[in-house]
Amino acid sequence: MRRFYFDHNATTPVAPEVREMLGSALSEVYGNASSIHHAGQVAKQKLEQARRQTASFLHCGPKEIVFTSGGTESDNLAIFGVIRRSTAPSRHLITSAIEHPAVLASCAQLEREGVEVTYLPVSPAGVVDPDDVRRALRRDTVLISIMHANNETGVVQPIGQIARIAREAGVLFHSDGVQAAGRVRVNVRTLGPDLYSISGHKFYAPKGTGALYVRPGVKIMPLLHGGRHEQDRRAGTENVPGSMALAAAAGWMEAHLDAEGERLSELRDHLEASVLNRVPDVAVNGGAAPRLPNTTSLCFEGVEGEAMVIALDLRGFAVSSGSACSSGAVEPSHVLIAMGLSRERAKASLRISLGRGNNREQVDALADAISQSVAHLRKLSPTYTAHA
Amino acid sequence: MPDALLAVAMSGGVDSSVVAALAVRRGRAVVGLTMQLWNQRRLPEIQGDSAVGRCCSLDDVYDARAVAQHLGIPYYVVNFESRFEEQVVKPFIADYLAGRTPIPCTLCNNFIKFDQFLELADGIGARQIATGHYARLRHNVETGRWEMRRGADLAKDQTYFLWGLTQAQLARTEFPLGEYSKPQVREMARQMGIPVADKGDSQEICFVPNGDYAAFINAYFREQGIPASAARGPITDRQGRVLGEHAGVHHYTVGQRKRLGIAAGEPLYVVATEPAEQRVIVGRGDELLRATLTARDVNWVSIASPSAPLRAQVKIRNRHAPAGATVTPAGERAAEVRFEEPQRAVTPGQAAVFYDGDRVLGGGWIQ
Repeated sequence: MRRFYFDHNATTPVAPEVREMLGSALSEVYGNASSIHHAGQVAKQKLEQARRQTASFLHCGPKEIVFTSGGTESDNLAIFGVIRRSTAPSRHLITSAIEHPAVLASCAQLEREGVEVTYLPVSPAGVVDPDDVRRALRRDTVLISIMHANNETGVVQPIGQIARIAREAGVLFHSDGVQAAGRVRVNVRTLGPDLYSISGHKFYAPKGTGALYVRPGVKIMPLLHGGRHEQDRRAGTENVPGSMALAAAAGWMEAHLDAEGERLSELRDHLEASVLNRVPDVAVNGGAAPRLPNTTSLCFEGVEGEAMVIALDLRGFAVSSGSACSSGAVEPSHVLIAMGLSRERAKASLRISLGRGNNREQVDALADAISQSVAHLRKLSPTYTAHA
Repeated sequence: MPDALLAVAMSGGVDSSVVAALAVRRGRAVVGLTMQLWNQRRLPEIQGDSAVGRCCSLDDVYDARAVAQHLGIPYYVVNFESRFEEQVVKPFIADYLAGRTPIPCTLCNNFIKFDQFLELADGIGARQIATGHYARLRHNVETGRWEMRRGADLAKDQTYFLWGLTQAQLARTEFPLGEYSKPQVREMARQMGIPVADKGDSQEICFVPNGDYAAFINAYFREQGIPASAARGPITDRQGRVLGEHAGVHHYTVGQRKRLGIAAGEPLYVVATEPAEQRVIVGRGDELLRATLTARDVNWVSIASPSAPLRAQVKIRNRHAPAGATVTPAGERAAEVRFEEPQRAVTPGQAAVFYDGDRVLGGGWIQ
């Protein structure tokens, strides 16, 4: 069976040029970057080169980059790092209802530790209102954490405005950029967050690579204690080949982002148009808001998204629905629920996220498979009746 | 579709694993599916140290996935948690609170496994499903009906839980283990190198740890913020003499002898519960005997709905030797059962299943 991959927001395959670079890095760059000898110096040199390249990707200085094991660690380091550094007697944190579990579960843990958390709602289009951020500010607010782009809908959040509000209030602002970095241009200087998380495997680097941007002067408490790596912000022998791979992938993205973004948004729009033309009673979740070029979230009235994901997979198409829980079963998306969708409509939604390997022919095949699958599932559905 | 796809309901146990393996060996296109029915991490207060033997633990999903990988078949976990809670757990609790002793496995078969699972299978392109139940199916060409017979291994026969299946459901269902005994199934599992060949059998009520359903109900109520029914009341005999006190009628089931906390000269049994009066009635063993019962929501399986009384052997709980009786249809969906010999502990909420030898004629809920 031919298999087509349409789940790039979950993860991406490692790019050929990254794979090639990684092969030689794994065999040649074996030294510990903290060692004094030649092997260590080579590793250190490669590590710092990777740091400069990653910094250039985000438009910041190399000392502002902390390499991590990925998006979850970056988010945890930013949130726990800021909150635990604060000695204030009462601490308040503002986030949104549509964040990734790496942020939401960190906030839930902080709540158990006595930190107060405000979870902002989003509009039906899936956007956080900056005025809500302003209104939620308190005397004891220590941190605001709002994602740059949502992983399920692709909706881009107004983080530039939120950053200004945070700066005026003297509150630190973290943005989870895991889904945005590599999809849209990110300039942390002009956007203005104090902390920004990225993850390598979302843009064709291997799993287990990531970084946190930390604005100069922002102090964070490390999560991992040990040696004096990453300027005392992340102990543990540096993953030099991983950081090199992250940087190489970032380099490729930086050079190709505009063209690739344009190509993917055309493909995405073509996919949405094909599906909307052929299938009745479909809504584009977040369609009214600015979105990432590669993502679409479609709600097919009367259809179980879970059944659709399986049916499509059995025909060779990898897409997703909701988020997988520990057993691998699907839970209705908290993001779509926060946008005001009923549980039924949230469960009737499908996320398709495009990437480098996709082309027009594949997208046409997917649109065919979707329209057939929806028609079949609706025929069986006890709840669906076509709107005349 | 090049080949008709078969969906196998895989629990991670030996039986359903062998079902999948047999289908693969026969060259069929198979997809393995595990139904996630209940989150075992809910109600932590009643969870013991181990979830072994209970459904839907992560271990079971891990095992089912390992078997699917071993067989090289596509495999998915499907989330039926909210449906299971609505259609099985809540009715189960409501039954206990109403003084009945429910069979959640039958509810699950009727409303989840052979209803929503069947629909899901259809949705993903599988018209046929197979499960590891010990029962046999045969299409009777003369009557045009699907007939159900007891599993060849009478010790494992599960037809007592399957009487609610309709002809439409049976037409799409396969029970490949019906002709085998459990030791044979284990032996096949070993021969085929299935990773779970020596795994223990599961308990009957998968979501209730250690069979302590009263603790489950109390924990569920606390989780839902429902005040536990302040349900203390008297334990009396038939004449109304108070013999003791109880902590809620849902702790008691007809025929129960243990945990009554009453010292009496002769063994006492629960003979009835009256939830409206919060009363538990106890009596001697012979007070448990009943010659008749009424079955409601009757479903006829191997035969069409009969118009005249018929002779049958009737089972009133899973571990009950079928007893000779006359079954008289009373309208579309009810039947009166008169036993030749009075039977002990006819329990409301359990099922009465009508057999003709090993053929399942039909069944219904004991009123």
